Amino acid sequence: MSSLKMPKVDRQILKNKDKIVNDISAFTQKGNILSENEELKPYETDGLAAYKQTPMLVVLPENTNEVSKILSYCNKNKIKVVPRGAGTGLAGSALPLADCILLGLGKFNKIKEIDFNNRCVVAQPGVTNLSITHAVQDKGFYYAPDPSSQMACSIGGNVAENSGGVHSLKYGTTTNNILGVEVVLMDGTITRIGGKVFDAPGYDLLGLITGSEGLLCVITEVTVKILKKPDTVKAILLGFPTIEDAGNSVMEIISNGIIPAGMEIMDKVLLEATNNFSKAGYPLEAEAMLITELDGTKSEVDELIKKVAEICKKNKCTSVKISKSDEERAKFWSGRKAAFPACGEMAPDYYCVDGTIPRSKLAKVLREITKLSKKYKLPVANAFHAGDGNLHPIIMFDANDKISLEKTEKFGEDILKLCVKHGGVLSGEHGIGIEKRELMCEMFNNNDIQQQINIKNSLDPSSLLNPGKVYPILRKCAEEGRLHIHGRDKSKFSDIPRF
Amino acid sequence: MEEINQNSPTSLDFNTEKFEPKDEIEIQQIIKFCYKKNLPIEIVGNQTKLDIGKKMQCAKTLDMSKFSGIIDYKPEELFIKVKAGTPINFVREELKKNKQHLAFEPINFSKIFKKNSNEGTVGGTLSCNFSGSRRFKVGSARDHILGFKGFNGKGEKIKSGGTVVKNVTGYDLSKLITGSFGTLLAISELTLKVLPLESETKTIIVSGLALEHAMGIMGSAIASSNDPSGAVYYPGNLRNNFVFNDLTHPGSITAIRVEGTKISTEQRINNLTKELVLEDKKLTILDSTQSEIFWEDTRSLKAFSNSDKNVLRAVVPPSETVNLLNRLKTFHPNYFLDWGGSLIWLELDYLSSQKIDQIRDRILDANGYLTVIKSPENVKSSSEIFTIDPIKFKISQNIKKSFDPKRIFNPGKMYTGI
Repeated sequence: MSSLKMPKVDRQILKNKDKIVNDISAFTQKGNILSENEELKPYETDGLAAYKQTPMLVVLPENTNEVSKILSYCNKNKIKVVPRGAGTGLAGSALPLADCILLGLGKFNKIKEIDFNNRCVVAQPGVTNLSITHAVQDKGFYYAPDPSSQMACSIGGNVAENSGGVHSLKYGTTTNNILGVEVVLMDGTITRIGGKVFDAPGYDLLGLITGSEGLLCVITEVTVKILKKPDTVKAILLGFPTIEDAGNSVMEIISNGIIPAGMEIMDKVLLEATNNFSKAGYPLEAEAMLITELDGTKSEVDELIKKVAEICKKNKCTSVKISKSDEERAKFWSGRKAAFPACGEMAPDYYCVDGTIPRSKLAKVLREITKLSKKYKLPVANAFHAGDGNLHPIIMFDANDKISLEKTEKFGEDILKLCVKHGGVLSGEHGIGIEKRELMCEMFNNNDIQQQINIKNSLDPSSLLNPGKVYPILRKCAEEGRLHIHGRDKSKFSDIPRF
Repeated sequence: MEEINQNSPTSLDFNTEKFEPKDEIEIQQIIKFCYKKNLPIEIVGNQTKLDIGKKMQCAKTLDMSKFSGIIDYKPEELFIKVKAGTPINFVREELKKNKQHLAFEPINFSKIFKKNSNEGTVGGTLSCNFSGSRRFKVGSARDHILGFKGFNGKGEKIKSGGTVVKNVTGYDLSKLITGSFGTLLAISELTLKVLPLESETKTIIVSGLALEHAMGIMGSAIASSNDPSGAVYYPGNLRNNFVFNDLTHPGSITAIRVEGTKISTEQRINNLTKELVLEDKKLTILDSTQSEIFWEDTRSLKAFSNSDKNVLRAVVPPSETVNLLNRLKTFHPNYFLDWGGSLIWLELDYLSSQKIDQIRDRILDANGYLTVIKSPENVKSSSEIFTIDPIKFKISQNIKKSFDPKRIFNPGKMYTGI
């Protein structure tokens, strides 16, 4: 593992490993406890694959009572626990610790109830995002948040990271699309928050837990809202001579009161890369392309497509292509969805950055990213969820070249600082995890972070649940859970390999 | 302004019972003073929702209504940043100039509490999180808060969130403070998501339906591709509250709203009529002007206005509504339904804490929750206003302590001990 500072390893816990295995086998079947190196290996990393750490144990509980007993035992015996869904997260939130029990929720893989009357689905946390839609699509329903990893990522992980997707401009992120959860606190307490109703009274614990990256509780059940599929969906591909023109079009579309289902900008580098890869029929002469998707009734979609095209033409758009069928619309998206593998064809390694900026700053920030690309001599391809200002610059590099790797991590850091400088935030949908932990001080001061840590302490006083994630720790005082003070020791971030 | 020097000169009179801070420095000084002296503070805006929650005995009042004004409004970025004491009506008017609005339609309690046209402040609206008919489509107040600044119970200035919608950067404290009735934080600044106003609103009203039938119609409408933005039911006894030129049929009102462009609303009204087999029913289509009045009347709880009766608010899964209302018949309530039947507004002549408990038990049986909105002071003082179970009470107590360790903000307003 890299030199990234993590909570101090408790040697005593490691020494007691055999006893812990024995104790835990009283709570769950022996076969659910993995303790041999070759069994632990698949769990040593999540979607942020450069970070690796073998956990002490992996436990795969089968029901909520087992989770409760395991957590209660760990709480009493001061054993750290790292929860994990499908392990697709890109910020390292599910990275194990050397002395932890990695609590895999993979066996929680059933849809418990499909309730069309109340327009919701009750699912165990290990159920994949897409399988919820699959379970209800025969009646024309779907689950709206669609992170690009939706085939593999779990709904529990979506709640933990507040996952978004290309349609969050109109339909919101996970937090806007769930009704309730069942959770287990670190002391083993089982509780239900929300249910099949909106806005449960009291503090909005559902809102607090969503996006809390596994630091506050373990999610054992999720109730999601389902929506009826729109009558008509069409996409429009628009080519532009400059990225500014594409950015201006986005602003003007929204200023005209149109909220499309999705709006994505791709720059020339990505256009060429993805078109070669998926033959999506993109306008290769353009410097930037905007994909806009509109949904609703047929007449409404036709009317809005016309308006969007007019606005874009006013903003110097050079080509307009409207999808004539669902197949063609899927083809339009195929290039965008192939952004990662396409970049993988262009360089040995790539690193995707995730930050959000105000929409009006798109062109400006992109220009600065281009300058940084020249400064670091590293190619970058840009994809944006332009409608909601969520950037995904993809830096291409060679991990075998140490200098290239160091430059990449610095480049990523500079992009995120740019986002904050322009009024944005460090993460739009991937979360903070360990990846951006040290950058939290760019956005928050001591009081802000301490308040968040106080909340963590109020639910998990011994800081055993997923410690070392999200909030920066000073090397000297990691054990005391104190924090990195803004303005000091900023160089630590450069210790993190970022890819 | 990140840090405020607590020793900076001040013109504040700390002996006063009611503080009306004009800037953040004063807010911080007041809270630090009260923290040091262990003085409980009641935080108020325009006091339009003061009667919701328990009455408190606080040494000091922090009146935020003078801390008012728009800090930043960027229509093209779909956000507005305001000081907490800014009147919600003022914000609405400003947004309207750019054909935008707060889509969550905050409930206007001024009519049931007889507060004239005052609808309160943005801070108060967010602190209470009561949202209107668009709930199932656009979310509630908690879905429209992007960020905030405020002061915790030690007087430390804290912030969370930002001005952008997509944000997973630390815990989402914006949601946590929404609906916390001023018990966690003295909010000073709020950033809200705004959305475009739709150019047309049409409402399809089916008259004379029985409850069960109306529930079916509302459920089918929401579960269709026609994207309705409101579905309410008023039983026949409340029919006279609604006088519209085009509404001539007697009997109960089942109303479904669609919003969008002219062509889109027309198509969706046609679709709904066909899909819900309404052709042979007593139908009325309200145009934009009449629709706006109808939904404004719903948002303002007009059917229960200017009366001294008690008001309760129950939320249950829509599949439970009919059964629950049957079980509540023994209490003889007036009621109407919003959120497609999930939100039940109840009006009762007589209420006691024992009755509240009986009603709450039935609502809990239906997997829902109850909030006491309006009741006599002596009933409120001996009743649970917001539903909570012991585990969540303990969690809430811990969270309260993490913000306000000495419990100086609105102590007991939501729950005894919080």
